[in-house]
Amino acid sequence: MSRFGEIIESSSTVFTAQCYHLYEGPPLGALVWAGTGPRTIGVVCNITTGTLDPGRRIVPRGAQEESEEEVYQSHPQLARLLATHIQAVIVGHMEGEAVRQYLPPAPPRIHAFVYACTPEETAAFTHHFDFLRLVTDAKDIAADEVLAACLRSAAACHPDPADFLLRAGKALALELTDDVPRLNAILRRVRP
Amino acid sequence: MTQPDMAGRYLGVVVGGSISQGIEVKLEGDASVEEVKVGAPVTIHGERHRFFGLVTDVALEATDPHVKSAPPNGEDSFITRVMAGTAAYGTAQVQPHLVLPLVAGLSGSPQPAKAVPAFFSRVHYASPADVALVFGEEDDRHFAIGSPLDLEAKVCLDLAMYVARSNGIFGKSGTGKSFLARLLLVGLLQKNLASALVFDMASEYGWQGTSERGSGYVKGLKQLFPSRVSIFTLDPDHAQRRQAPVDYTVQIGYEHVEPEDIGLLRQTLNLSDAAADAANPLQRHFGQAWLRSFLRLKGPDIRSLADDLNLNQQALAALHRRLERLERYAFLVDSPAGDPVAAILQSLARGDHVVLEFGKHKDDLTAYMLVANLLSRRIHQRYVQQKEAALGDRAREPRPLVIVIEEAHKFLDPQVASQTIFGTIAREMRKYNVTLLVVDQRPSGIDTEVMSQVGTRIALGLDDDRDVDAVLAGVRGGRELRSALARLEPQQQALVFGHAVPMPIVVKVREYGDATYAELGRRGRRRASEGKQGAEDDLFG
Ligand SMILES: Nc1ncnc2c1ncn2[C@@H]1O[C@H](COP(=O)(O)OP(=O)(O)OP(=O)(O)O)[C@@H](O)[C@H]1O
Ligand SMILES: [Mg+2]
Repeated sequence: MSRFGEIIESSSTVFTAQCYHLYEGPPLGALVWAGTGPRTIGVVCNITTGTLDPGRRIVPRGAQEESEEEVYQSHPQLARLLATHIQAVIVGHMEGEAVRQYLPPAPPRIHAFVYACTPEETAAFTHHFDFLRLVTDAKDIAADEVLAACLRSAAACHPDPADFLLRAGKALALELTDDVPRLNAILRRVRP
Repeated sequence: MTQPDMAGRYLGVVVGGSISQGIEVKLEGDASVEEVKVGAPVTIHGERHRFFGLVTDVALEATDPHVKSAPPNGEDSFITRVMAGTAAYGTAQVQPHLVLPLVAGLSGSPQPAKAVPAFFSRVHYASPADVALVFGEEDDRHFAIGSPLDLEAKVCLDLAMYVARSNGIFGKSGTGKSFLARLLLVGLLQKNLASALVFDMASEYGWQGTSERGSGYVKGLKQLFPSRVSIFTLDPDHAQRRQAPVDYTVQIGYEHVEPEDIGLLRQTLNLSDAAADAANPLQRHFGQAWLRSFLRLKGPDIRSLADDLNLNQQALAALHRRLERLERYAFLVDSPAGDPVAAILQSLARGDHVVLEFGKHKDDLTAYMLVANLLSRRIHQRYVQQKEAALGDRAREPRPLVIVIEEAHKFLDPQVASQTIFGTIAREMRKYNVTLLVVDQRPSGIDTEVMSQVGTRIALGLDDDRDVDAVLAGVRGGRELRSALARLEPQQQALVFGHAVPMPIVVKVREYGDATYAELGRRGRRRASEGKQGAEDDLFG
């Protein structure tokens, strides 16, 4: 699932991509990238699925069906009428090998292809922790949950996940020195 | 007692402070708050200078009150570990004392610190090279007395500076004063900078001292430097029982006891002022043999003498009774076999240390003070004569002499310090090439003026606040030193400050025992003019 969709909305801090296939996008907290030239890196911060046609309301269809799967099998048009969107908070960009954990000069363009980062790319990007602040400061998202999910999944990409989490935790602690309850809440979500 | 070697380890960064209050360092890296000790020497790498200082305090800080009100559950080691050093961290207070050249090895000697290091300067434990830069390397005047806290490095005293003033070693009983004094006497022998006359109350300096550790015995100075130490004794039987080789048995003539000596014994003999003061008219009356003549008198004669001399009868009778105690001393005789002062001076002039053992009189302060005062007075007189006769010709001046006394506060308490020879020696510095090394457990008992003349003070553990005050009186940075002093280990750790060191420092005193005899007993170079046959035999055996 390396490439999974295209950007349909873009701004300096967040972008939204529509997945090519219903429900087939990366999970909350995953690192994704888009764009050519500098590759913009984002953390999946919200996933929505809904109708593509604002004029048509979605109605229940499974009263007579045995399972959820069967609902979709009986109504193949759903795959066209519905779509999954993922929103990503931008946490930096990469130029070649160089990792920059601050906003790119311009956001990715509409229709830019969006890819899920490989474990190697994830490990390379999360080598430093300056990006944490871009997540903790993001508005209108469940920032703490996103961050916790991001660190959990990134940990799995590092050779020593426990050590990674400890270093990440310490970096986060320095960002949240004046809000220890919040720090604690996040740490409880990531502890190995 | 091995200690971890922290040499050169990273401690943290400067995050604040002032010259008066010291520098605040946030502990970082692997430095655990629990490992950082008050008194540890550190270097601060500033923009233009390297600073050398001491840790004076260690504290725990939290960025947010919640850390204190709702600390992480102790079992949650992940959160605890994350918080450690971040939201909850340690700080160390560092007092910068000296400025070192920025690059080690660059010329320029340490200067007093008059500025503070820049923000975020990095702080490390001092390295052995830093310590050597500050305290000197062992050479013909620098003698290693121990190592700084938790560092395998040598702290040296500048012994040439040391013997230029009177000095003190203070500490309560059992802290290691005598061991340290003996070590310094080894230093003087090694560097050949001065002779010493030790009034050795407990017979522990010359031959076979006792130790609480190991076999129970340690070698004395003569065992390390056989041909450069003379053992004198007041109690030849005691020496024989211990198989200690004696060079000279000291006998003292009654006629050598002066009223001043009696004045000093006021306390130990429990004499009233009137009784003690009566010694002077007695001497005027009887002449040099006053003590002998006075002691021969019987009851009625004493009363009539009192009337003749216009003295209080009771006071004189009391003086008589108390002085009768002196007759029990076998070393006090009518006609001594030789002149101990001449013998001592001869040994000293040869460059020897002279250790006078008191043998069975070890717990008898009266004997100790009487003999020490009497001999020191007469030796000092001779030094004054020699020095004046030399007319400024250095080569003809007497060799510097250090007189070592224990229980020093008895000799130097404010009541008697002005009258005794020891008060005089302390005050006149080394005008006549004689200085004191006072070893004492009650420094608060020492006259403050005398204390102010003490050039280098070495304090081992002290409990009593008055003693701590006395030792630190008149010293800059007393607050930090007090905190370092309060934290000394009960044995073999000392705070050293004064003339012979460029800055105060806490040291773990060098080990004196089986493991170190070889290096301690190594002879320093003798000056050619002082060559002496026996010296060649001083190979450590
Ligand atoms: N530098 C040292 N090397 C080896 N042992 C030491 C040293 N310093 C102290 N000790 C140990 O501590 C014990 C006490 O030391 P020391 O006799 O010097 O104490 P002190 O202060 O002179 O006591 P007091 O006031 O009773 O005379 C010694 O017997 C020895 O075992
Ligand atoms: Mg002692």
